[in-house]
Amino acid sequence: MILCRVIGNAVSTVKHECYEEMSVMVVQPVAADTHTPLGREFLAVDSVQAGVGDLVLAAREGNTARQILGTDNDPFHSVILGIVDDVRTESDNA
Amino acid sequence: MELAKVIGTVVASVKHESLIGVRLLVVQPQDAAGDPVGEPMIAADALQAGPGDVVSWVTGREAALALPVTFSPVDCSVVSIVDHAWRDRSHL
Repeated sequence: MILCRVIGNAVSTVKHECYEEMSVMVVQPVAADTHTPLGREFLAVDSVQAGVGDLVLAAREGNTARQILGTDNDPFHSVILGIVDDVRTESDNA
Repeated sequence: MELAKVIGTVVASVKHESLIGVRLLVVQPQDAAGDPVGEPMIAADALQAGPGDVVSWVTGREAALALPVTFSPVDCSVVSIVDHAWRDRSHL
């Protein structure tokens, strides 16, 4: 699971049937400080009604995505699986 | 899942039998602002995407699941043709 910030979305008319009625967001992996970008942005299917600006937990692995979205044979690869309220690390206590 | 622009097609007359009838595209990965990232690669197409289209693609086991024959030797495939994608990095 990775910490990400939702920064946009992607809209498609022609798509694999499993993506019908799914919302696809653009997410940017971030460090535990919640704003330093880490690596490349990617697309993730939203399972928790996340919005742009939200800090979220995302998984970038197909089996996880299929379990969360409740399908066995659909080509899902990455999914948003939680909205994060707070992240605390040891450096916050220093 | 990531974005890419279709920049070409691949024709292979000799290929694994599960790929007969499956189109192969050359795609250049890009970010939501349209700037290219990384190297072009070959993706299987289940949707009739063509050069110039912005698409989203998946890798791994899921790639084959997008195709008519779901047990095929494919590690990257196109799952949607993207009409519009945007991002606003001021949220970071």
